[in-house]
Amino acid sequence: MKIIVSIKQVPNVTKVKWDEDGSLIRAGLPTIINPVDKNAIEAALQLKEKHGGEVTVVSMGPGQVESALREALCMGADKAIQLTDRKFAGADTWATSYTIGCAIEKIGDYDLVITGVEAMDGNTAQVGPQMAEYLKLPLLSYAVGLEAEGNKVRIKQKLGDYERTLETETPALVTVEKEINNYRVTPIDKILEAFEKDIPVWGVDDIGADLVHLGLKGSPTKLRKVYSPKIEKGQVEMLDGTPEDIARQVVGKLNDKFLI
Amino acid sequence: MATKANIAEHKNVWVFAEQNGGKLARVSLEMIGEGRKLADKRGCELVAFLIGDDVKSEAESLIAHGADKVILAQDPELKNYSTELYTDIICKKADAEKPEILIIGASAIGRDLTPRVSFRLNTGCTADCTELDIDEEKELLVSTRPAFGGNVMATIICPEHRPQMSTVRPGVMAVPEADKSRKGEIDEISVHIKPEDSKIKLIDSVEKEMHCASIEEAEKIIGVGAGAADAESMGYIKELAKELEAEIGGSRPCVEQKVIEHEVQVGQTGKNIRPELYIPCGISGAVQHTTGITNAKYTIAINKDPNAEIFKFANLGIAGDAKTILPALIKEIRRSKGKE
Repeated sequence: MKIIVSIKQVPNVTKVKWDEDGSLIRAGLPTIINPVDKNAIEAALQLKEKHGGEVTVVSMGPGQVESALREALCMGADKAIQLTDRKFAGADTWATSYTIGCAIEKIGDYDLVITGVEAMDGNTAQVGPQMAEYLKLPLLSYAVGLEAEGNKVRIKQKLGDYERTLETETPALVTVEKEINNYRVTPIDKILEAFEKDIPVWGVDDIGADLVHLGLKGSPTKLRKVYSPKIEKGQVEMLDGTPEDIARQVVGKLNDKFLI
Repeated sequence: MATKANIAEHKNVWVFAEQNGGKLARVSLEMIGEGRKLADKRGCELVAFLIGDDVKSEAESLIAHGADKVILAQDPELKNYSTELYTDIICKKADAEKPEILIIGASAIGRDLTPRVSFRLNTGCTADCTELDIDEEKELLVSTRPAFGGNVMATIICPEHRPQMSTVRPGVMAVPEADKSRKGEIDEISVHIKPEDSKIKLIDSVEKEMHCASIEEAEKIIGVGAGAADAESMGYIKELAKELEAEIGGSRPCVEQKVIEHEVQVGQTGKNIRPELYIPCGISGAVQHTTGITNAKYTIAINKDPNAEIFKFANLGIAGDAKTILPALIKEIRRSKGKE
């Protein structure tokens, strides 16, 4: 089974700090593989271990994205391809999906494309379904379980309040939820091996992409402004006293507002 | 591919109306309310797009809530949501009728459907918005969404492609009142779907049992945070929830500790809530949580740290341990109800 895993390197947004003026400090944030993309790598590795085959990891980003790909190789991926080109920069989800879609077409000959449901920095959950549309693949989204048999692939899908079982024939694109597995800790013996591997860097010409659809220029959506969410300070009335005093005050307010 | 649209050809605001088991999702009515405002600002029609099986009565409900017209596609094969069939139907009709704006609730279905539709229609889509507006001078939809893990808000436009598409987080917009006397047109389109039209086979579909219908719709919610996730505090929280007839939600760390289910997680990677009463206990108020609570009407925060961020979002603040405050509060509520 030949599997392509699309991953994103993200700033660790849970470690965000704010300066005294309430502005976000972006500099110095560590970058990591988007956590649910590690579940995608793990899902691919488990399928390979069961059915044989090959796992290729692909990621678009600036030069530093190599470290994410290196980590994926350490986890056990066979090959990695880095998509780095100034012309890719500033892409929205449409242009990102197009770019990675072109690269996947270029890699060709695959049974499955697997990616995480969403990235922790953007949280759009759009790139998986959009790549499926570009590649004309059936989409199996929100997978919390995944199995393959011959040319059939089946997922357990968490669709809001419903849990569904979906089946299709390969090739297909699967987006995975973090509940699907616990991804492995990098095996020591893979690390040295992974650092000896060559990671080809592909640019616009390598993937045969149309320039007008790339990067900021090729993005239908445009960022107009970014601001910190307003925090309305100083409204709160703090209650003092013994727990009983406080309880009486709270119940008084709740009664006034007909909340009891 | 993403060639620019002939903008003048596009008109009207469309809303995708989601149904589950033949019943409209609440978020669809929220979208009708929001879509109505946008359509009025643009001076155009509000069109709802309803796909399902035997859902005509729901089409009438969409009109009562504010739609001028409902495009209705019915077929037994459309009873359950299918990415490919729904995408095909919407895109064919959108290619023919050229809507200016298309908004969709950012439910699991909406977040699955919208990106595929937007890619096929060669247009952009802003995901999970919390605010929509019209720039009347530039005649553009202006969408605002949390970004960077909820740490900042971003305002996004789609100037040269149509329709301008956005998904909106459930629970952010209000459901408009129904007016049964409203008149509208139902445009039933003929779809003849054969089972083999779908590359994906639905083997089974089970509705999960939930602790509550939906945390987004709860009128009273008690929030559990890391500071109140111990067994003793949880005992009091459950008791208080019973006394107040409230639902229990919480912050992400509590989901990770399996104190509460992901379905009731409140905040950036969970749900947006809009209850009449919210009581966060032991929640520090990280922005990932607070982006989901800004629509709570009355908030009473309990936290040991008097400088906790959560107090900035509260009407009443109690700097104390939930373990000592909650038993006194439960007792007082019972007394007030004449139980003790």
